[in-house]
Amino acid sequence: MRDGGMGELRMSRAVFEAVRAHGEEAYPEECCGALLGRRVEGGWAVEAALRAGNTRTESARNRYGISPLELIGAKREAGRLGVEIAGFYHSHPDHPAQWSRTDLQESHWVGCVYVITAVAEGRATVSNSFLLEGTSEEDKRFEGQRIEVLEG
Amino acid sequence: MTIVIPTPLRVFTGGKDSLDVAAGTIAGALEELTTVYPDLRKHLFRAEGKMRAFVNIYLNDEDMRYLPEKEATAVKASDTLSIIPSIAGGVA
Repeated sequence: MRDGGMGELRMSRAVFEAVRAHGEEAYPEECCGALLGRRVEGGWAVEAALRAGNTRTESARNRYGISPLELIGAKREAGRLGVEIAGFYHSHPDHPAQWSRTDLQESHWVGCVYVITAVAEGRATVSNSFLLEGTSEEDKRFEGQRIEVLEG
Repeated sequence: MTIVIPTPLRVFTGGKDSLDVAAGTIAGALEELTTVYPDLRKHLFRAEGKMRAFVNIYLNDEDMRYLPEKEATAVKASDTLSIIPSIAGGVA
């Protein structure tokens, strides 16, 4: 978890562990998925994580992509739950849980969260959340958020 | 038809997550959308009017890029048009 930046990302222990378990299962490749939740004061409260396949099969050890069709399904599920697509998660196999230049270039959901989990030799270590801030492609940037894991 | 607005673009639609429009084609639907919400235009299209590369448009479950008539594809009132900014990244 990372200090600094504004706001926080809330999620239950079960969702947090599900995201991390996905990273371990996908190792040495990157995992990815969608986070469903609702806006709360200071950030997002995530209520569910939906696994997605990694479309970048030719370079899955250091790239990820989610099919738009899976996003259409995620949107339907969000509607069913009465929540929104709050953001996405992916893993960094044997690499720190910090956003890369590729992550920023290829992130376009301004106002949404991107959770990155470092997976070292198959074990999930640090998970960090970054809010994609800005008003457009030209001024977008990642701001670190604190992840608040809700027990029980 | 119904146009589904993704989370990051709802700031330009007053928070609405969909818009019903009466249009004959995909291009017509997007034109109506950006007429109702002009601030959306620059987030969907480049200055010269072409769709931004990272913006995916799906007619129901079909990627517009692979439809024979692309933007000129005819649409029905029961169709759903989804705007989906791409999701990608990675370590390298």
